[in-house]
Amino acid sequence: MADAALFEFLHTEMVAELWAHHSDPGPGGQKMSLSVLEGMGFRVGQALGESPPGPTASAWPKRLSLPPPPPPRLPQETLAFREELDVLKFLCKDLWVAVFQKQMDSLRTNHQGTYVLQDNSFPLLIRMAAGLQYLEEAPKFLAFTCGLLRGALSTLGIKSLVTASVASLPTCKFQVVIQKT
Amino acid sequence: MAVCVAVIAKENYPLYIRSIPTENELKFHYMVHTSLDVVDEKISAMGKALVDQRELYLGLLYPTEDYKVYPSHQLCRYGYVTNSKVKFVMVVDSSNTALRDNEIRSMFRKLHNSYTDVMCNPFYNPGDRIHSRAFDSMVTSMMIQVC
Repeated sequence: MADAALFEFLHTEMVAELWAHHSDPGPGGQKMSLSVLEGMGFRVGQALGESPPGPTASAWPKRLSLPPPPPPRLPQETLAFREELDVLKFLCKDLWVAVFQKQMDSLRTNHQGTYVLQDNSFPLLIRMAAGLQYLEEAPKFLAFTCGLLRGALSTLGIKSLVTASVASLPTCKFQVVIQKT
Repeated sequence: MAVCVAVIAKENYPLYIRSIPTENELKFHYMVHTSLDVVDEKISAMGKALVDQRELYLGLLYPTEDYKVYPSHQLCRYGYVTNSKVKFVMVVDSSNTALRDNEIRSMFRKLHNSYTDVMCNPFYNPGDRIHSRAFDSMVTSMMIQVC
């Protein structure tokens, strides 16, 4: 339960640290930091994509007497995915719940390999502002999560490109474009 | 119980392979390699049908003529595929005890959990050979009853 707060603090510090040593505030240096964050998210996403049978997220609060829970395991009923849409639904429900304790609010697709996942109160942004303040700072806080989605998709066998956009905090949209090889 | 355990990556190269009677190791490598064909066939046969994630099948009963050390052993091969197309192949010796389905399933579940632990280790790069001692000791515990 405290995991969520710990992760938020760690994430905030990661972003702050990468931006603190910015000798080059231009677009070149920024891209480097964003790629580093995205790369970290990718590796974490790869690990989360493995889904052995384990306790579901909702089972944790009941087991207060146990030692600290293991790394987020995804629910037991994750079956073999029959199509891409199933994988995306899995991302929106199970993965999001395991990492952010809530589900994604909406998933839209054009049925041609592009999916837009929208979260109306993204936990990593909700502490910052509610509205248009800090809009320019928001993208750096989304890089890690983009990597997370890309990593999870890649373990499940889907090559993709994930970008994020913020219109007004804390609502954000993640656009997933499946790369056809 | 288990005589040989192998973890095969998505691209069909071994990430981890270990067998108990170490003098016949090459033979086990070969057995695992041939089982991969059967595994691939099962995966593609699943196709659109709604199937359980855990794929459990009874492999070929291996002929025992060339198995010098234990003349009357019957070796069965079982397979398991994860969502990330990582395959676990286990060769068990079924002559002393008839291992029930549940036991095989629970062995695979333990393997899968340990494999996830290895994946979550930040010092492990996906695609490398598995050198984790925790994984080794878990596999040893599954193989320890033999010989």
